[in-house]
Amino acid sequence: MSETHWTGRDGHGHKSGSIELRDIAGKPVLALSGVWSVPTAAALSRQIADLSLPSQGQVGIDLTQVSVMDTSGAWLIHGLMVDLKKNGAAPTLENLKEQHAPLMHLVEGAVANPDESIHSKSTSPLRLLEITGEATIAALSKGRELTNFVGMLTVSFLRAVKSPSRLRPISIVNQLELTGLRAIPIIGLLSFLIGVTLAYLMADQFRAYGLDVFTVNVLGIFVLREAGVLITAIVIAGRSGSAFTAEIGTMKVNEELDALRTLGLDPVEVLVLPRVLALVITLPFLAFWADLMGLLGGGMMTMLVLDMTPLQFVQQLKEAVNLKTFMVGLVKAPVHAYIIAVVGCFEGFKVQRSAESVGKQTTTSVVEAIFLVIVATAAFSVMFSVLGI
Amino acid sequence: MTEAAPPPGLTVEAKRSDEAVIRIRGLRTQFGPQIIHDNLDLDVTKGEVLGVVGGSGTGKSVLLRTIVGLQRPTAGSIELLGADVLSLTDQAKEALRTRTGVLFQDGALFSSLTVAENIQVPMREHTDLPQELMDELAELKIAMVGLPPDAAGKYPSELSGGMRKRAGLARALSLDPEIVFLDEPTAGLDPIGAAAFDQLILSLQKSLGLTVFMVTHDLDSLAAICDRIAALIDKKVRVATMAEHLRDDDPWLHEYFHGPRARAALDAKASRVSA
Repeated sequence: MSETHWTGRDGHGHKSGSIELRDIAGKPVLALSGVWSVPTAAALSRQIADLSLPSQGQVGIDLTQVSVMDTSGAWLIHGLMVDLKKNGAAPTLENLKEQHAPLMHLVEGAVANPDESIHSKSTSPLRLLEITGEATIAALSKGRELTNFVGMLTVSFLRAVKSPSRLRPISIVNQLELTGLRAIPIIGLLSFLIGVTLAYLMADQFRAYGLDVFTVNVLGIFVLREAGVLITAIVIAGRSGSAFTAEIGTMKVNEELDALRTLGLDPVEVLVLPRVLALVITLPFLAFWADLMGLLGGGMMTMLVLDMTPLQFVQQLKEAVNLKTFMVGLVKAPVHAYIIAVVGCFEGFKVQRSAESVGKQTTTSVVEAIFLVIVATAAFSVMFSVLGI
Repeated sequence: MTEAAPPPGLTVEAKRSDEAVIRIRGLRTQFGPQIIHDNLDLDVTKGEVLGVVGGSGTGKSVLLRTIVGLQRPTAGSIELLGADVLSLTDQAKEALRTRTGVLFQDGALFSSLTVAENIQVPMREHTDLPQELMDELAELKIAMVGLPPDAAGKYPSELSGGMRKRAGLARALSLDPEIVFLDEPTAGLDPIGAAAFDQLILSLQKSLGLTVFMVTHDLDSLAAICDRIAALIDKKVRVATMAEHLRDDDPWLHEYFHGPRARAALDAKASRVSA
């Protein structure tokens, strides 16, 4: 089949349409010819704009030569007639082909008054004030909604405690696997590498002062108190928090949340509670795993750089850290987990019914979760310092 | 039934087969061990309204998706507007797509765009129309499919199911295609809206020589606007006019066209014709 056959409609692809103002027996006639369809519409509308339309008397619009017409062509012809009438002329369609008549009729019948509703957006400087106000109110109402959500979650948790049959163990185990088990490789690898980096940097610095062994002290304290749990929380916020938002959000788009409600199921209990509980259970384990891998990575690096034996490393570590150091780090894990899961699920519920919204809320969820996790870390540091831990 | 009668549809087809805008030969679609279509032949002639019917799981939608190139068949050939769909370059495929329009079951509107923007997507991609004309054409298509003018600025999530369908149709008709594929177009529309939709298809078809490939279960549509009906039976397709299908003694066809709902639709058609 030749190229030209299907690059245009009905084999008329390379033809074009035209419009010409003629004078036939003292009467102005607009002679239309050729293809009046989408491919030629842009050129035709320019031609029409360039015409100086008659402003009075009878005007004929001759359609004899029009070979192809679609709705855009019919629309242009209709617009031409409207313009002529506005000018004060009396246009008449001549020689409208039988097969084009229903289309002209359709266009004339369908036409609504072209209103400006689509393109009306104010751009005044007052708009800036308006945007600021809107953003403030949005932030405040979001805070209220989040509080409300935490309340609903608490209620449904207490209900589940009262009658444990509401706890949905299968869901929880499923989430334990997805959020915990499957995250082990990535968290292990990341912590190991961070341990390596830390040890290398510190060994370099401490050696200058002859304090080589302190590398182990700082490594142990930093990994156990802060780094292990923080890395875990950040990875999980990106990995599971985003998944929560996207899952719940997509369900909302598909009206699955409404379906749950009509079936007498509480979406918070069915979807949120298992996710929150699962994450609160897994995150401490993941943080523990991150601690181990961080120490392993750091330990290997110190031994390499500082020529320590494993025994020396362990002895030095034992002097530097104790159970409290470890517990101070780990106690933060469930709090981080709670923040990530609640924010993830909450943003999922906030999804509007569009694909774009799912993406937007997922981004928001990850950013918010990481932000809040770091705020919580700071709050813990202040608290521990005040309590003298 | 008599053995002397010609196979349904054959006479109609033989007469105008050279005008076929869709020509399928030996189509085989298979999902794992499950065979959906086997050695299926189908000709759709220019300017006709073809209704496709079949029980659940007989592959009506799969057939539609295969023809428009969303799904690759296991074997066979598909010619769409004279071009072999399965061996086209990407560029040629794109050009071909400007000449076909598809309405999906629930409209499949882009949820982040307004209705007017949805309709303008194909115009923006494939034409150089000025924005003003695109706005006007979008408003025209919106009016044509029976949506109120204020629907233009609304997002799909703000529309009812029936309105989304109409908006989807407006997008399918955006470039005035030669063939439109409609997947259950009237499902979800109220009877008045469905009848108006049928009339819209008919008037567009007259003006543009529009060919309509319509998967439907709306017996009113089948009776009112379909020139021929393709029934998917035994992994093949049986094409015939309504009258010929009515005489067919295939058990599924018999039940389909002689059930209580079919009788009502046919009675309605008969009374319209006699009126």
